[in-house]
Amino acid sequence: MSHIELLNVSKSYDKQRSVLNEIDVSIEKGEFFVLVGPSGSGKSTLLRMIAGLEEITSGTLHMNGQVVNHLPPKDRHLSMVFQNYALYPHLTVEQNILFGLNAKKMDKKEQKKRLHETAEMMGLTELLKRKPRQLSGGQRQRVALARSVVSEAPLCLMDEPLSNLDAKLRAHMRMEIRRLQKKLGLTMVYVTHDQVEAMTMGDRIMVLNDGKVQQVGEPIALYNEPANVFVASFIGSPKMNMGRAVVKGQQLVVEDSLSIPVEAADVVDLPKNRKMIAGIRAEHLSQVTSDEKTHVLDVISVEHLGNETMVTFEVGREFWTAKWLGQQIVHVGDRVPVGLSVKNISFFDAETGELMKAASSQKQKEGVAI
Amino acid sequence: MIMPLYKKVVLYLLLSVSAFFIFAPAIMALVMSFMPSEQILTGTIIPDSLTLDHYRQAFERFPLLSYLTNSLIVSLLIMAGQLLLSSLAAYAFVFLEFKGRDALFFLFIATMMIPFEASIIPNFQTIRDMNLLNTYTGLSLPFFAMAFGTFLLRQTFKQIPKELKEASEIAGMGDLKFYLTVVLPVAKTSLVTLGVYGFLSAWNMYLWPLLATTDDSVRTVQIGLKQLQSQEQLNEWGVIMAGGIIVVLPTLILLFLGQKKLQKGLTEGALK
Amino acid sequence: MNGAAVSVQSDAADLIEKEKRKRRTKNVLKGILFLLPSIVFFSIFLFYPMIRTVYLSFFLTNASGAPTVFVGMDNFIQIFSAPLFLNSLKTTFLFVLYTVPGTIVISLFLAVIANEKLRGIGVFRTIFSSTMGISVAAASVFWMFLFHPTMGWLNQFLSIFGMEAIGWLTDPKWALLSVSLSTIWMNIGFTFLILLGGLQSIDSYLYESADIDGAGYFYKLRRITVPMLSPTLFFVVTVTLINAFQTFGQVDMLTRGGPQNETNVIVYSIYRDAFVNYQYGTASAQAVILFAIILGLTLLQFKLGERKVHYQ
Repeated sequence: MSHIELLNVSKSYDKQRSVLNEIDVSIEKGEFFVLVGPSGSGKSTLLRMIAGLEEITSGTLHMNGQVVNHLPPKDRHLSMVFQNYALYPHLTVEQNILFGLNAKKMDKKEQKKRLHETAEMMGLTELLKRKPRQLSGGQRQRVALARSVVSEAPLCLMDEPLSNLDAKLRAHMRMEIRRLQKKLGLTMVYVTHDQVEAMTMGDRIMVLNDGKVQQVGEPIALYNEPANVFVASFIGSPKMNMGRAVVKGQQLVVEDSLSIPVEAADVVDLPKNRKMIAGIRAEHLSQVTSDEKTHVLDVISVEHLGNETMVTFEVGREFWTAKWLGQQIVHVGDRVPVGLSVKNISFFDAETGELMKAASSQKQKEGVAI
Repeated sequence: MIMPLYKKVVLYLLLSVSAFFIFAPAIMALVMSFMPSEQILTGTIIPDSLTLDHYRQAFERFPLLSYLTNSLIVSLLIMAGQLLLSSLAAYAFVFLEFKGRDALFFLFIATMMIPFEASIIPNFQTIRDMNLLNTYTGLSLPFFAMAFGTFLLRQTFKQIPKELKEASEIAGMGDLKFYLTVVLPVAKTSLVTLGVYGFLSAWNMYLWPLLATTDDSVRTVQIGLKQLQSQEQLNEWGVIMAGGIIVVLPTLILLFLGQKKLQKGLTEGALK
Repeated sequence: MNGAAVSVQSDAADLIEKEKRKRRTKNVLKGILFLLPSIVFFSIFLFYPMIRTVYLSFFLTNASGAPTVFVGMDNFIQIFSAPLFLNSLKTTFLFVLYTVPGTIVISLFLAVIANEKLRGIGVFRTIFSSTMGISVAAASVFWMFLFHPTMGWLNQFLSIFGMEAIGWLTDPKWALLSVSLSTIWMNIGFTFLILLGGLQSIDSYLYESADIDGAGYFYKLRRITVPMLSPTLFFVVTVTLINAFQTFGQVDMLTRGGPQNETNVIVYSIYRDAFVNYQYGTASAQAVILFAIILGLTLLQFKLGERKVHYQ
């Protein structure tokens, strides 16, 4: 059953600057739905419209099948976690957690019960009497989560809740939020600019850019079949390598410098002599022995990450990065043999940026995995 | 940074000389209030004996105690009125969005350009016609609304993250309750600053109490001092100074206690 | 899509529109409600009196201040042809000229020397700001003795050097200067406190970077302190200026406008006409002039100041 449904939702300020354009999406009950996009893409605005903190300029927002455009936030049965946590500085942790229940004048006994359950669950029992400024960033984050949990609202909205934490804690909290959501069966709408967060947490992801929906889908689908150049470069790290490409006879020519032999079957649905953009993931610029090589490329940068090595090559005017397992002995200036196959290349229209043909190898792999 | 010694010496010298000149009138008054009258008349600067006579006489001959009480009541009334009205108005300017808000804000700025002294005649008539002359209400009412206080608190309220308001909206808390239970406690420091400032200004008010009191019933201590000065014989300087010291003591103490906060608060309010 | 569905949708849109409008009206009402107390008080004790003052300035009044005969501009003509009011205007401007620059320069000097990080600086700061806590009445009493012709400290000081005693408050040549001197002293506390706050809010990195460049004390004062302080200075000048035009208490206490009306500043003149002579009409006309001066000055200040002031 769909929990939230947006139909043709748009937002503009002063009837001029349009922030969001005709968003259509439906979010299922119990789903972890991530809104991801660069800053200024409108993702936070969309979340705040769902919360009722921003007016919807046009279109309708449904919750549980009812139109809720006109309802104030408190009648939408939701909780929200803010980027800066929005903890009341003059209240203790306990008072902060109970803030919403108090506002709703809930029975004191019930409040106590819920407080203890939640504090237990979030590991805050020891901290109940402290003020927010006496807490670490991670603890504050937990209080903000607890405030959301204690409300027992079926819908939880989060606006970049992890961006103020350091990398280690962030990774931990990702897991914890995810677990909490599953355990409580919450419908979650989660805003982030971090594609790793989106990929690791979301059941489904909506990629937004410039107020327009770029693609909605499961993380792997977004990775394997990005709907356009924007999604291709936004999802995945390092980003997908891309270059201008054109099919000439039996060759695919990339950036006027790489010629990749193609079979007729590979390019059957691609127009000849048409400008395209070819994209290939870093892990598909394979490391090969000189015998298996298809090309030799110039190394311009090497980054050692310990368990893997990022090698950046020059391809025409583009820099392409390869991700190789283990610690590779490669130096800047080396000419290194690589293997790349047209099966791993996705093709996009150079004019519109839309996907024309996704890499075919992934589909086979998926089949194998299943 | 390390300061060279000669610079330190020059600075301390400048500071001390300045401090002497600034503080001299007050010190003089303090000394004179304890100095026997004969010594005052002979132009003594450092007395060889001290007396409490002047203070006793000041309290005996004038209803100073009742003046002090009046001043305290009026100042507290004005302070409370200003805090309430300013914080309500500042709340509207920061946390409420509505048509015409900017126009109203300009109206508040415009009030800064109307000097109270220029509108004193109708104000006197208003208070007189409302039969509020010689009442605490009449003394304090005209000063409740305060643009400066509104601006100062607006600055403070603007520093409260708007997410706090949004979180309370989601929790279903109304504006009045949010104002009372979140905004006021969070902005406590600024409220204290404004309160001290309002109290100081009210305590030191001169022209309005002069007009709005015609008898001793609610007369403030400032006007009491004026009477002390004009009714006393010229050779009773000790009594007059004792009166002066009594008048400034409460405000000076308040100022010494709150100097740092006051400075920070006023600077913030002054420079949007 | 069939007809029923369309009508259901337009119903929903209607409902949403209605709710939106309702909420906007509610927001306006809520805003007004929070502002209402201030607006009511401003109206009764500021806007209405201002309008009423202008109105009264066109009338003759009876002893209780009720308008009796409409006289048009007569009150204005009368005050501007009377040497008394012209003299009062001149006195006011002179008073402003004496007190404003004096207050600013001295307070700025004090703020600069009190901004150094020295042991015991807090004591000096407290002393410098202390005059803020001293009321006009008390300050006037203190200064009245300082100005006393025989016992006063000032004349005693002069006599040490064998100089003749000055009639500080009784000599027409000196009276206005004396009142100005005491006013500057009263102003220092507040002005100092604000300027010190302004100085302290200047980022210390600016000075550290200048130190590394080897800039001298006065170079830093001129190129960093004054420009960075300009918004504060601007505010302080405006406030001092407006306060100077509204001076009343010290004149009433020290000189009562005398000698020979030499210290009869405009507010004192208004007070005397209205509440001593019961000439509410001409007093109102003077009040209108005062209002016009202050309005003009504030606007001028904003126009001139805005350009020169360096905002961060």
